[in-house]
Amino acid sequence: MSSADLPGTERLPAEPVAEAAVPIAPQAETPFGRFFETYVESPLAVGAFILLVLIIGAAVFAPWIAPQNPYDLAQVSVLDSRLPPGAVSMDGYTFWLGTDGAGRDLFSAILYGLRISLSVGVLSGLFALVLGMVVGLIAAYFGGRTETLLMRIVDLQLSLPAVLIALILLAILGKGLDKIVIALVVAQWAYYARTVRSSALVERRKEYVEAAVCLGLGRGRIIFRHILPNCLAPLIVVGTVQTASAIALEATLSFLGVGLPPTEPSLGLLISNGFNYMLSGRYWIAFFPGIALLLTIVAINLVGDRLRDVLNPRLAR
Amino acid sequence: MAVFILRRLMQAVLVVLAMASLVFFGVYLVGDPVWMFVSPDMNQADIAAVTASLGLDRPIWEQFGRFLWSAAQGDLGRSFVFGEPALGLILSRMPATLELATAALVMAILIGIPLGLYAGLNPDRLGSRSIMAGSIVGFSLPNFWVGIMLIMVFAVMLGWLPSTGRGETATWFGITSSLFTLDGLSHMVLPAFNLALTKLALVIRLTRAGTMEAIHQDYIKFARAKGLSHRRIVFVHLLKNIMIPIVTVIGLEFGTLVAFAVVTETVFAWPGMGKLLIEAIQRLDRPVIVAYLVLIVLLFVVINLIVDICYSLLDPRVRLGEASR
Repeated sequence: MSSADLPGTERLPAEPVAEAAVPIAPQAETPFGRFFETYVESPLAVGAFILLVLIIGAAVFAPWIAPQNPYDLAQVSVLDSRLPPGAVSMDGYTFWLGTDGAGRDLFSAILYGLRISLSVGVLSGLFALVLGMVVGLIAAYFGGRTETLLMRIVDLQLSLPAVLIALILLAILGKGLDKIVIALVVAQWAYYARTVRSSALVERRKEYVEAAVCLGLGRGRIIFRHILPNCLAPLIVVGTVQTASAIALEATLSFLGVGLPPTEPSLGLLISNGFNYMLSGRYWIAFFPGIALLLTIVAINLVGDRLRDVLNPRLAR
Repeated sequence: MAVFILRRLMQAVLVVLAMASLVFFGVYLVGDPVWMFVSPDMNQADIAAVTASLGLDRPIWEQFGRFLWSAAQGDLGRSFVFGEPALGLILSRMPATLELATAALVMAILIGIPLGLYAGLNPDRLGSRSIMAGSIVGFSLPNFWVGIMLIMVFAVMLGWLPSTGRGETATWFGITSSLFTLDGLSHMVLPAFNLALTKLALVIRLTRAGTMEAIHQDYIKFARAKGLSHRRIVFVHLLKNIMIPIVTVIGLEFGTLVAFAVVTETVFAWPGMGKLLIEAIQRLDRPVIVAYLVLIVLLFVVINLIVDICYSLLDPRVRLGEASR
């Protein structure tokens, strides 16, 4: 560990065993540097990453970027409602993506919607990751009856589609930001648990864990400080994919009218709103929020796909 | 085999029971459905009478016991909104959902397998690459939004296809379905395609992977050496061998299709049981929600069981009940 910052000469006498196990390239390389180099080999993945950064940036800084605050009644005029893309407002401002039924600038509404959609996705992804991680680690470490019980629950959950579980939960819980996060966490934790368990099972049998046990380290310390860091790679990959699907799921549930309340206008609610105007030919109200949603999900999935390739030890050269 | 089926059935009963009680208590905690039946001019006595007529004045344990008892007899309660038995209500909507899911499955197979075959046989061609890229996008697309866009293009802009409802139905051999009339079919195209999209990427990927693996096997080389035509090799020898995993996965996915129909049915106003569920959730129609759940869990359990059994019949290497875990 400590010799990592003094590469090259330092390594020779230090640990010949590690040298034999992992062939190390001649130049100084950090794991992150190697990771970065492999990642940028795919231009598509780089593009997706840049797009993702732009989307997240747009969501975070929405109040400063958006031309208007779509939920500030002083800035919105009903006289501007349902204008097609490119129309000019009463006070000379151009609505590049048109306006919705209440006269809100659609571009601004999308930026604000992205904020909500992304936070729901990230929050539920994070909570589900932590919950699934703990369950998976416990199952793998303790084995026996604990493992059987926990994994039965996981199997049971995975046999039902996530959308159904979330739907039923929301039927019970009602609408709300906290409630949809709970529903998404419950619908998705099992994927993380299964992933962590399978890699933790492999790690658990390795020698360093045996060594840690011999040293008399506590269970908690072995599980979280020794086993967990070695299970992180697949967890990150599953995390990106599941976050993308959480975002899509939230939009779907909000569209069905069981997700977020109208006070939290996520992209799904914007699309649902636009659906009401569509039969009269006003496509843009549902179209553009959907494009934003699509770009977000595709960007996350492409980055996740690349991470899978880069982090997979079987594909490493 | 009998032991295996029996054990799975017992497991299934436990699952259904656990889910039903979870939902029953969960829904019970949420809100008091009595208030949906109360109009402003009712007095306290009227409200009490309504509560009693719905059986809501009893303690929750008694309600639960009665729910279980009648559920065992096939009675899942009466819908608060429609006043009909909840199970009958859902069963009456079920054919519409099943026909939609079946049509979607057939569509996914008819489109997915040829595309997957093409991509697997010519992995480096531009067409194959676009098919695979398309399947990533298809996988990422939010399904309800695609449905909306399908309506936008084909119903509103082009006016080719109707966008809502089930259309005319006809009855053949005791089955009433939209599949038997031209009008019904035209109503079916958009929603079925929309639902099929969720599985299309999966079918393409499975077929492609199977093809790429099988094409290098000895029996294909032998068939070639024998001088069989390319067409015969692909459509008889290759397709037969890659069908097993595809059929299994597709079979398993049928339940997902039925569940996902909730979304498609809402977009296209298809009068199936998914739409009924959404309406029930919005109106807090407790018996219908519980009945839907019990039914769909049953459906999943049955599908899983059938697939497991079929799998063991198709592939004798799989030994039932001995899957060590």
